[in-house]
Amino acid sequence: MALTREQMAQRVARELQDGFYVNLGIGIPTLVANYVPDGMDVMLQSENGLLGMGAFPTEAELDADMINAGKQTVTARKGASIFNSADSFAMIRGGHVDLTVLGAFEVDIDGNIASWMIPGKLVKGMGGAMDLVAGAENIIVIMTHASKDGASKLLTKCSLPLTGAGCIKRVLTDLAYLEIENGAFVLKERAPGVSVEEIVAKTEGKLIVPEHVPEMVFA
Amino acid sequence: MSGFDKRVNSYEEAMAGLEDGMTVLAGGFGLCGIPENLIAEIKRKGTRDLTVVSNNCGVDGFGLGVLLEDRQIRKMIASYVGENALFERQLLDGELEVELTPQGTLAEKMRAGGAGIPAFYTATGFGTPVAEGKEARQFDGRDYILEHSIIGDFAIVKGWKADRYGNVVYRHTAQNFNPLAAMAGKITVVEVEEIVEPGELDPAHIHTPGIYVDRIIKGTFEKRIEKRTLRE
Repeated sequence: MALTREQMAQRVARELQDGFYVNLGIGIPTLVANYVPDGMDVMLQSENGLLGMGAFPTEAELDADMINAGKQTVTARKGASIFNSADSFAMIRGGHVDLTVLGAFEVDIDGNIASWMIPGKLVKGMGGAMDLVAGAENIIVIMTHASKDGASKLLTKCSLPLTGAGCIKRVLTDLAYLEIENGAFVLKERAPGVSVEEIVAKTEGKLIVPEHVPEMVFA
Repeated sequence: MSGFDKRVNSYEEAMAGLEDGMTVLAGGFGLCGIPENLIAEIKRKGTRDLTVVSNNCGVDGFGLGVLLEDRQIRKMIASYVGENALFERQLLDGELEVELTPQGTLAEKMRAGGAGIPAFYTATGFGTPVAEGKEARQFDGRDYILEHSIIGDFAIVKGWKADRYGNVVYRHTAQNFNPLAAMAGKITVVEVEEIVEPGELDPAHIHTPGIYVDRIIKGTFEKRIEKRTLRE
């Protein structure tokens, strides 16, 4: 079975470490915050200028001056700091964020990522995505392995305009967890009940399959 | 009054000197921390052919979106413009030019403009459509592109509190691009919720020192929330 959105978030949460500063993109990446293990403390960075994003507010806490990068109302947790957009991106571009999790349309064997523009469709903008992929050492891309019509999103070469070049090393799809090394995807884990054959069939880019590919386990 | 009294008495006075074809930098992220009354004054004035530099372009009927209604914006420099139907239509009709700029690059362009730095290298955008036509250079084996800084004829800024000297503090995440726009305006106009007596703001806690600020005005704000999200 392909992973659910929640399971994908749960799997990525296993990459968190106590004391990490983490930037979570919009969509499934946001769900990762729900699976921070007990006893572990991580600080969420929101690129509009908040380090230490807290829960959504109660009615009483609601404040128009307190939003996240998705423009939703939020709160600040204890230990948070607030700053301007240049400082926020200095953190991101300067490589100070420990883990960045974001979505994508395509990734390829050279670590290129396309996530912001589909030619012929209206382009709304890259927001902070290009800064995030260029600045972070440690990025996990969360995406579906193939499109609804079965076309692979793990490619030899991205077909869409890039968000960043040579910057992605780790990808979690609904079928597998893979790493990108020396011009190939390396299959590290597979979703419960998903066969290696299915992953091979749905991966267009060069894929290295180790002898043993463990199945992910979910409680 | 002394030459350090930056207060003006009307929005007309606050935006005096704005002319057709000028470049205006605007603070704000989405609808958070936008200079809503200064934007309304630009609409009232009817100034046209503006180049507007701001992270976003408001929504239909509010924020910078109102300047689209009478086609006052000729060119928009922004990182994300997704919340505005009128914007999309003018873009598709070719009435509006858009220069999409990565958010961190946009912030740095304003900061650098205000700091007297004409251009800077950044890894952001290398190998992407953003890099087209720009100088590329390697430092320590890594690729960078040259981005030029931005200076505005006017900067319009939303602060929380200011004193008459033009020292400004911002409230929570309504800070965002505001201090950067403030640095990079030839004429920087700040509207605030409260003008306090000199000495009330702790000098060590000033976000925008008065040297960047030319005009201060007190306004009242709607502070519309774009995505009201509550805890379940």
